[in-house]
Amino acid sequence: MSKLRLEKAPAPAWVRPVIPLLAILVTFLITLIFIAWVQANPLHTYYYFLVAPFTSTVTMIELLVKATPLFLTGAAVAFAFRAGYYNIGAEGQLMAGAIIGSWVGVMLEGFSSWIALPIMIVGGFLGGVAWALIPALLRVRLKVDEVVTTLLMNSIIVFLVSYLLNGPWRDPVSMWPQSPDIAKSAMFFTLIPQSRLHFGFIIGIVVILTIWFVISRTAFGLKMRAAGSSAEGARFAGVNVERTILVTALVSGGIAGLAGVGEVAGIHFHLIQGLSSNLGYTGIIVATLGALNPFGVGIAALFIGLIDTGSLTVSRAMGVPVYLGQVVQATLLLVTLSMFVLTNYRLKREG
Amino acid sequence: MNAVQMLNITKKFGDLVANDNVNFDLRKGEIHALLGENGAGKTTLMRILYGLYRADSGEIWINDQPVQINSPRDAINNGVGMVTQHFTLVPPLSVAENIVLGAVKGFTLNPKEIEKSVAEASEEYGITVKPSALVRHLSVGERQRVEILKALYRRANVLIMDEPTAVLVPQEVDGLFNSLKQLVEKGLSVIFISHKLNEVMAICDRVTVLRGGRLVGTVERAGTSEKDLAVMMVGRETFGVERQGIKETGDPVLTVDHLSLTDEQGIDKLKDITLEVRHGEVLGVAGVSGNGQAELVKVLTGLQKPTNGQIILNAIDIAGASPSAITIAGMGRTPEDRHAGVVGELTVEENLALESLEIYLNRGVLDRKKIRKQAIEMIADYNIKASPEDKVRTLSGGNMQKVVMARSLSRNPSCVLAAQPTRGLDVGATEYVRGKLLEQRDRGAGVLLISEDLEEIMELADRIAVIYEGRIMGVIPAAEATEESLGLMMAGVTEHN
Ligand SMILES: Nc1ncnc2c1ncn2[C@@H]1O[C@H](COP(=O)(O)OP(=O)(O)O)[C@@H](O)[C@H]1O
Ligand SMILES: [Mg+2]
Repeated sequence: MSKLRLEKAPAPAWVRPVIPLLAILVTFLITLIFIAWVQANPLHTYYYFLVAPFTSTVTMIELLVKATPLFLTGAAVAFAFRAGYYNIGAEGQLMAGAIIGSWVGVMLEGFSSWIALPIMIVGGFLGGVAWALIPALLRVRLKVDEVVTTLLMNSIIVFLVSYLLNGPWRDPVSMWPQSPDIAKSAMFFTLIPQSRLHFGFIIGIVVILTIWFVISRTAFGLKMRAAGSSAEGARFAGVNVERTILVTALVSGGIAGLAGVGEVAGIHFHLIQGLSSNLGYTGIIVATLGALNPFGVGIAALFIGLIDTGSLTVSRAMGVPVYLGQVVQATLLLVTLSMFVLTNYRLKREG
Repeated sequence: MNAVQMLNITKKFGDLVANDNVNFDLRKGEIHALLGENGAGKTTLMRILYGLYRADSGEIWINDQPVQINSPRDAINNGVGMVTQHFTLVPPLSVAENIVLGAVKGFTLNPKEIEKSVAEASEEYGITVKPSALVRHLSVGERQRVEILKALYRRANVLIMDEPTAVLVPQEVDGLFNSLKQLVEKGLSVIFISHKLNEVMAICDRVTVLRGGRLVGTVERAGTSEKDLAVMMVGRETFGVERQGIKETGDPVLTVDHLSLTDEQGIDKLKDITLEVRHGEVLGVAGVSGNGQAELVKVLTGLQKPTNGQIILNAIDIAGASPSAITIAGMGRTPEDRHAGVVGELTVEENLALESLEIYLNRGVLDRKKIRKQAIEMIADYNIKASPEDKVRTLSGGNMQKVVMARSLSRNPSCVLAAQPTRGLDVGATEYVRGKLLEQRDRGAGVLLISEDLEEIMELADRIAVIYEGRIMGVIPAAEATEESLGLMMAGVTEHN
């Protein structure tokens, strides 16, 4: 009798880029179950999901709006993961950027945009850096697992925001717990009139290009990739692994912070509790689906933006719950991850 | 009566033959040592007996019956138990829970009952453990006792112990030896894996020596000596090769002065080491593995800070300096484990550039054309069978070693540190690597060759230092070295000043 056995054997390089596409296919096969469950027509559902958003300018722009913060959180996560730093805290770092953005944004009243916007951007970046600092230091100094600490930092900031919005920052004229609106000059301008597509989209593109350049063209990028795949080998070759990881972790936090500023200055104009709606966690999906490659991240962010937009269309057109979009995203993450793991193995028949 | 017989066992991992047609037998009621250097194939052979690996070919007989062992469960059913190099206990569980884990029948566990049955077993075998203690509160020695009792609890009558003393302090070693002697009196047979000669001589009845995956021989303890065993372990075939004439050597390039290292457990790994490497010579450091070579390499390459002492390289003290500072000071480093010297996921050209990134920078940006150009040159110079874009992890051991050497030697270091440079390489790659080291010497560099392969030391070194238990037993000119004198020094019997 012959037995099948899983054996460790890395797949050839060309397999990796194909995986996200395969994963998307498998995901839609799996989600058939949920679609059947709510008794919708699968073909129609997929049409509204994937095609309908492209049929109108409004939804196409909306897709880009949805993708804007994901460029940044996806880039933040991918950048850290490349150095072997598993930053699960983009969610919290984004909120930290948003806190700083909504704080300086109010104080910038009376300054011109030329001054206000750079301050907003730098402030948001530094907010993210600050929120990433403690887990990063714990990791490089005491070897504390960053997956746990960055995740915990996400919970802490929820309470911080809640305190600010119900206490010192609460806008007295508003019914809801929210901070006062930021100065007009600190708001991100829109790229297309009458739409919500704002300057943050350009920041996202610039950041993606920048991290691509850093990762593949600079000495720092080579060091961080070395540290990320074999700390031992990197250390032997003279890379200061701890410093490399520290810098990467902080920059990653800063990038996530930029996403927060974008949401404040481009969409909401003030701080609210639900500002992020899981953009940081979705960044993990984006980074994974993008195979940690900056351009892959860009494409993945657009794809998730499509699904987000599509799920609204689907629910409007077919009465399917909006949550279907989230089910698709979560399934996609699991499928992509399992497929990446499986590329390291192959089935062997023995007996 | 044989408790175990392993006949013509062969096991390959890819191209590497970890066990090459090995025969081994264990008599009932004996302690049988399996002796050999790191990588000799001891663990592999025993993992086959315990069902953790499957042999490619060969037979296993237990109690003079042929058996099939496909999993540890089969081994346990055949009365074979193993205490592995890395313990497999579950720290948050109690001692009793750990011992019965996997041996319980039925669905429910009664803590009182299992503690009682473990206490009985502890009594029966004379191995003291506290059944209700949590494993995470135990010392290493206590954990080892739990492991032993775990095997015995499942009615093992053959106990395999893989380097059991490596993790113990001397007092615990005595305790372990006493327990083993008592167990053998009760009828247990023990396979004792070690690379320490004195331990083997202290408690074993017979000794089987493996070298490079092959069986060297099995001898009675009574008819052998530490020196003979040392020679069996490290090889004697080409002993006494023709020496080239004495070369003119220059001033010292590397001076190691009263270097010592104490590890976290307070064990002295390096004791007051003083060595000198001169320009234009190869200084070989010989010794049986596990006598401080790995620690010496770590300290010299900047991966570990010494507790005491100086390392003067070109008039700079590099003791405790970072790997990159040591490289800049002029040390060309080859690590003991070549996998630990490269980044497998990066390409050949990236690995080749990694140690000298500063020379590839062009206004802050990596000059990829230059990296490619240099890589192509080094690949040709060192005869590396790979292209610049190949991931290093796909390379064979020999080519990987060449990448490491090309990278460090391309900086023209004034001192070359080569640790086990040919371990696991095929004949061709070995010759190549040795040739490169001699080339470095002839160029005027000082070469410090740390190797457990005595043949290699004899072939390359101009002077030979012998390390034993973290101490230098002496340094002698290679021309004066004999099998006799080195064997005695390697076994820690004599010193030479
Ligand atoms: N699972 C494995 N895969 C590949 N190579 C292995 C594996 N286990 C051991 N080896 C190789 O087999 C050789 C013998 O190893 P081992 O039996 O552990 O030696 P020892 O216990 O005598 O030190 C070594 O070269 C080692 O690198
Ligand atoms: Mg071993």
